[in-house]
Amino acid sequence: MSAVRAFVDLLAARRDPGALVPRDWEGVIGVARSEAMLATLANRLADADLPPAVAALFADQRAAAQVAQRQALWEAEMARRALAPAGIEFVLLKGAAYAAAGMACAAGRQIGDLDILVLASDIRRAENALLNAGWEWVKSDPYDDHYYRAHMHELPPLIHKARDRMIDVHHTILPRTHRITPDALALISDAVTSNGGHAVLCPQDMAVHCAAHMLADGDLQGGLRNLWDFHTMTRDFAAADAGFWGKLDGRAALHGLQAAVHRAARLARDLYGATLPGGWDRQDPTDAWFRRRLLARDDWGRVTKPLLEQAFYIRSHWLRMPPAMLARHLWTKWRKR
Amino acid sequence: MTDRAYRAAPPGALRVEPLGELTAIFDRRSMQTHLVVSPMPEILAAMGAEACDVATLAARLAASFELDGEADVRPILAERLAELAATGLVERA
Amino acid sequence: MRHSTRIAVGPVQFRIGSDWAGPVAALERLYAGYPEDDARPADATVRLFAARPWRRWLRPSVHIGGDFVVPDALPLPLSMGLLAAEMGMNLQVALGWRRHMLLHASAVAKDGRALIMSGESGSGKSTLAALLGEGGWRLMGDEFTLIDPAGGDAFAFPRAVSIKNEAIAEVSARVDAARLGPLLAGTPKGDIRHLIPRPDAIAAMHEPARPALLLFPRFGGETTIEPMGEGEAFVRLTEASTNYVALGEAGFAALTRLVRETPAFGISYPDSAAGIALVGQLWADAAT
Repeated sequence: MSAVRAFVDLLAARRDPGALVPRDWEGVIGVARSEAMLATLANRLADADLPPAVAALFADQRAAAQVAQRQALWEAEMARRALAPAGIEFVLLKGAAYAAAGMACAAGRQIGDLDILVLASDIRRAENALLNAGWEWVKSDPYDDHYYRAHMHELPPLIHKARDRMIDVHHTILPRTHRITPDALALISDAVTSNGGHAVLCPQDMAVHCAAHMLADGDLQGGLRNLWDFHTMTRDFAAADAGFWGKLDGRAALHGLQAAVHRAARLARDLYGATLPGGWDRQDPTDAWFRRRLLARDDWGRVTKPLLEQAFYIRSHWLRMPPAMLARHLWTKWRKR
Repeated sequence: MTDRAYRAAPPGALRVEPLGELTAIFDRRSMQTHLVVSPMPEILAAMGAEACDVATLAARLAASFELDGEADVRPILAERLAELAATGLVERA
Repeated sequence: MRHSTRIAVGPVQFRIGSDWAGPVAALERLYAGYPEDDARPADATVRLFAARPWRRWLRPSVHIGGDFVVPDALPLPLSMGLLAAEMGMNLQVALGWRRHMLLHASAVAKDGRALIMSGESGSGKSTLAALLGEGGWRLMGDEFTLIDPAGGDAFAFPRAVSIKNEAIAEVSARVDAARLGPLLAGTPKGDIRHLIPRPDAIAAMHEPARPALLLFPRFGGETTIEPMGEGEAFVRLTEASTNYVALGEAGFAALTRLVRETPAFGISYPDSAAGIALVGQLWADAAT
């Protein structure tokens, strides 16, 4: 049995955890760790009857994820304390937003850097306020700095000198050079306030951003986790609002991300068993490439099919950058080695 | 300079454990440990639940401790409060 | 992976995969006397691999991978495969283990009470633990000591002891050659030879011990003993713990209790004999 298949099946509740033998668990745990999703699986199987060693490991993971999530949310609070006196409002993105909003995908989810979205017109002042509050630049390389400022959708990453945590300040959700330019103003003006008090994207935008982050922005690294986010959030949003899928379609069109959002929905169906409404529930032969890339891990947690991985890396750069600029970027990256 | 007001952490947010000459403070909101020396624990204890400025704090501390003679402790307290705010233990009100 | 083995050290079950037979065979010899539980899935994975397929044979160099990796870690020559495996196992525990508070410290136990020694490499904590473990003590571990956050007990992690440089001759002279691994000369950490703990230490590896004495040894110079305050011990142990921050309040509670209940001393000693004498004296005081 393929460990990555078993892992996906367990998340999708298609497989009885009681049917796994110790060697299966070993592979599943290895794959889950490689995907940074062990605590997600631990939460998913919190009530399952598991072998004692697995149950103990999963309990450790759940407790540690809770601590890590508090730490991540504290970064949001400290960003608020730094930016509020300057009158700068921000919207939480990705993991911190899911945690602040208490969403299902937040259970056990690893949260890396703090990602926030501010109005493009506020970005310089936000930078100053953060620098005054103890954050400092990570990158000192002039080419990288220029690259970030000129072409990316965020400031070069900042790190807090005392807490050693990174913040990414975005002013839109895709690089400026990307052929698609989402409506950043709409993202911010339609943001909603979460139970935790922080602003987060409205449900449709959150799903659009999740799909964009997975399919239009990245090389599908961490794809299973992003897809799990997308699956559980769309499932829960649709359960709370019967018109959700229709609104999502319209919103994706507004941001120019319909193709990515539809593909994310189909992949969530194929891998995690999502139920899609008519109009979404189609077949696309090119999805097979994405499924293969998402499932390219062996039982030791290693990425298999490196050529496929590289193809996605080049593809992701191609999506972000016009060809001449891509050539210059790869040349500079290459020269630095 | 205006006398800035600060707010202490809500009740239950901090776990304070004296360890000899140091005091270890665990902040349950941030999951961070802060190691401080006097007068930080005394300042935190004197702040109370409401927003508190330096003048109020100086008066409260003077009531419970013998502060050094005539010297004005307010600039020192303002500095300590700014340091506590940087750690997140207190917040600008 | 082509070759693999499973090793349980203390509470941690490892699986180690390798592109070469050599490191696995060497591990299996060192860990032959450790308990095996085939029904238990591994908590942690270590991978020893060649960066390119032809590098399995051509100037073979061992990259260390696993659940957690250090970016830009340099590979080791195949002759040091055992060291690569040891580094890989340490890394998984240091970064991945959450059940206990991990202290980068050696420990030995007597009568259910533990002596914990924390220090940088070169402090002599491994050598002292190894030598005490050949005497009247149970060796708990030379690298990590695990503290149970709930109860405060110390738990053992008795991996094969990593004996370095001058200490190799000193320890080799005292133990059966069958308990020693191959000499790994000129590694990035100097000369290394592994010592298999005594069978009784391995048999007792799941038994807790109550922390009774904390030492912060420094090798070299005159013999000195300096009592250490709770605050300083707390600071030094947060620095010696790889997962203190990740454990949140449980770690804070465990560490405050440990430094309050356990007398702590900084010690300097010119040679192992003096170190062992110091330990004996301080242990006698702590026990009364």
